[in-house]
Amino acid sequence: MPQGIITFLDLAIGGLLLGGIYALLAMGLSLQYGVARVFNVSHGEFIMLGAFGTFTLYTVFGINPLVCLAIVGPLTFIIGFLLHKTMFTRLRLLAPNADVYAANSMLATFGLMFIIQNIALLAWGANYRAYNYLNFGVDLWGAIFTANRLVILGFAIAIGVAFYIFLARSRIGKAIRASAQDPTTAGLMGVNINLLLAICFGLGAVMAGLAGTLMSMRIPLTPTMGLNYTIIAIIVIVLGGLGSIPGSFIGGFILGIIGTIVTYLEPSLSLAAYYFIFMLLLLIKPTGIFGK
Amino acid sequence: MLVLEGEKVTKYFGGLAAVSNVDFHIDQGEIFGLIGPNGAGKTTLFNLVSAALVLKSGTIKFKGEKISGLKPYQICRKGVARTFQSVKIFGNLPVRENVLLGTLFGRPTTAKAANAAQETTELLDFVGLSQMSAMAARELTLVNQKRLEVATALATKPELLLLDELMAGLTPTEIAEAMELVTRIRDRGITVFMIEHVMKAIMGVCDRIMVLHHGEKIAEGAPQEIATSKKVIEVYLGE
Amino acid sequence: MDITRFTSKKFLIPAIISLVILIAMVTLPVYGSLYMVILITAILMFVILTVSWTLFSGPTGYMSLASAAFFGIGVYASAILLPTTGGKLPLLVVVVIGGLVSSILAFGVGALTLRLRGIYFAVFTFGLVELIKQVLLWWENSVTGTRGRYVMLVENDVIFYTMLAIFMLLMLTFFFLRRSKYGLAMQSIGENEEAAAHRGINVTMVKVITFAISAFFMGATGAIIATRWTYIDPYIAFYILYSFLPVMMAIFGGIGQIYGPVIGAAIFAYLEEVLLTKFPYYYMLIFGVVLVAAILYMPNGIVGLVPRLVRRLRKGGSAKQHAST
Repeated sequence: MPQGIITFLDLAIGGLLLGGIYALLAMGLSLQYGVARVFNVSHGEFIMLGAFGTFTLYTVFGINPLVCLAIVGPLTFIIGFLLHKTMFTRLRLLAPNADVYAANSMLATFGLMFIIQNIALLAWGANYRAYNYLNFGVDLWGAIFTANRLVILGFAIAIGVAFYIFLARSRIGKAIRASAQDPTTAGLMGVNINLLLAICFGLGAVMAGLAGTLMSMRIPLTPTMGLNYTIIAIIVIVLGGLGSIPGSFIGGFILGIIGTIVTYLEPSLSLAAYYFIFMLLLLIKPTGIFGK
Repeated sequence: MLVLEGEKVTKYFGGLAAVSNVDFHIDQGEIFGLIGPNGAGKTTLFNLVSAALVLKSGTIKFKGEKISGLKPYQICRKGVARTFQSVKIFGNLPVRENVLLGTLFGRPTTAKAANAAQETTELLDFVGLSQMSAMAARELTLVNQKRLEVATALATKPELLLLDELMAGLTPTEIAEAMELVTRIRDRGITVFMIEHVMKAIMGVCDRIMVLHHGEKIAEGAPQEIATSKKVIEVYLGE
Repeated sequence: MDITRFTSKKFLIPAIISLVILIAMVTLPVYGSLYMVILITAILMFVILTVSWTLFSGPTGYMSLASAAFFGIGVYASAILLPTTGGKLPLLVVVVIGGLVSSILAFGVGALTLRLRGIYFAVFTFGLVELIKQVLLWWENSVTGTRGRYVMLVENDVIFYTMLAIFMLLMLTFFFLRRSKYGLAMQSIGENEEAAAHRGINVTMVKVITFAISAFFMGATGAIIATRWTYIDPYIAFYILYSFLPVMMAIFGGIGQIYGPVIGAAIFAYLEEVLLTKFPYYYMLIFGVVLVAAILYMPNGIVGLVPRLVRRLRKGGSAKQHAST
């Protein structure tokens, strides 16, 4: 197979992979911001926790990273759910209006970011950690691709699609969408809003945790890795349109592909490239792809 | 002289035409009324004139000069002021400062501090709010908040004043006072363009009236003509 | 503006207190220990960041999360323009340059985002510090080949006085801006932006310029504190904490009055100092917990805790109308 095509396939898979991860991240954040109305600055820290959790589970206990998905998922859900039930519900009920709640909840998530990062620093140290899993090559049509890339890509898309179906079909999903549109009416129709918002926040955390688990197979980890991903998730949800889950999904892939190409050309300028797109977006259509 | 002209003014919200090919003109010194059922596009038309919204197509001219395309603050400085259906005042600022704001920023040339203060006092007097000049604006009653909004708009020294449902929510006495206020405003040389639902008021003060329905102009003329027009009566009595 | 405003009791008491504090500050290096001078310098830094943040975000209601970016630019400007060896510019020139570069960035960011809803402004400013850090890291790696820079040594007293001068200039700017017609314009923008635009206020321009002014002070402060830190790299200069601390301190101290942010900043800065000395290993974690506890249990800030004291210092406006954001 000619080198050009190999490079193209390489970039394509890399782009879809990164895109899949970004899509999961963004959908999670979109749920937290769009429904639970929390601008969660600590979103990236849950990625970091998922990643480090998997790292420890694999290197210390030998648990297969893919199996870790089933552990990290529920754990991050519980953490996110409890955080919301305790902290954010309290803030929400205390706040005199929506703006005050928005500001206070954001500040609270910042405090959270600070706390989680520092706990991680104390637990794992500041150095980069990594592990190897499924690091062997797979032969596809004459070109070699690392197995874990294909696996991550598959799982990312599967999780994304499952999440989407869950939102579209399940009872909870319907309740979530109803509350996103009109929380008061949803409450009147029997939806336990406090419970639902906590569930949303928990689900958002799960997406981050699972993304972290998947990523940990391929990239080196450090406790301060989270912020970068939070910012990327934010850019994606603005690109997709604030409050639109499908928008986050598609926006994630767009940014992932662009990021992969930029990294190929000039590593470590990917955030700059994303910000460039961010600027263009704000100039031309701030409401994003699916925004109204 | 024509103070305001609109030619084929059109605005869409999604697929729906909120205002569709509306032509109108207002002469200097007129009190021009705009009526129509709810959702007819009246406030949208005001929003297009004051540039709170952008036109889809058509033009709007003020004193012969095209203003569609300018920003709201620029239109204000040219001499077009407005009030809003949901009274927009600066709630936490004292009454006096609400009006002062208009004198300081609403003109093409900045007013001197002393003059600004004097004009503010005069305007508060004109609308009858002198006693309450130190109160926070949000503590005023509805009718006084409306007065404040009018005073603030007048502070920008407009030649054309757009009043959006000034009489909404007022008692009959207050409506009569409001009608009188509108006439006094006209007597100061300001052309008035007003949206109203209170028929008695609009028939009472207006020189001409335009009727909108589903975004289109369906009638225009003197109050008598409008009051007796079959089309208008049908529209108001429902489909 | 009439004279009686200046002689009324509401004005005189805080004015006298300010004067006393000012004299105490200016003479500090004379009677204070080295530790005190350094501590007060650090506290002043936080106060400047907080008050600058409040200058723009307080009246307009637009939450800026770019403070760390503007501050970092100032720090980095010093790192480039005040090396330990080689050509240096005069200190004050560098401080001003640090401020100006930040202002220019703020002007650009503001022009782009302040025409839009507040959330876009908040998220765009949020990522700035990380963006600039990564770009500078790339630049250091690929273009200059350096890894961190050393800033020339400056005497502690000089650093202190420069910081004090920036602080005083800021307070004067804050005071006069708030009293001027632009201060009124900004408040009206915060109250009802659409109405403000319809009364002839060029809303975007007022926001952008005020934003740029606030950034100037953040950059200037960064430039001078860099001489205290002496070793600067992008990680040190651009730290997201500096975006959130001013917000917390301002809210904690109360945004409605001119002294609120000063008090909030002083308390938090001193707290940080105490924690840093007592628990050097865990202080960040404890600080984070304190932050969260403060938000959860004192969402109305110090105004809820010490109402009478604050009321004496307040220039006007009730606690209710300026609670939290």
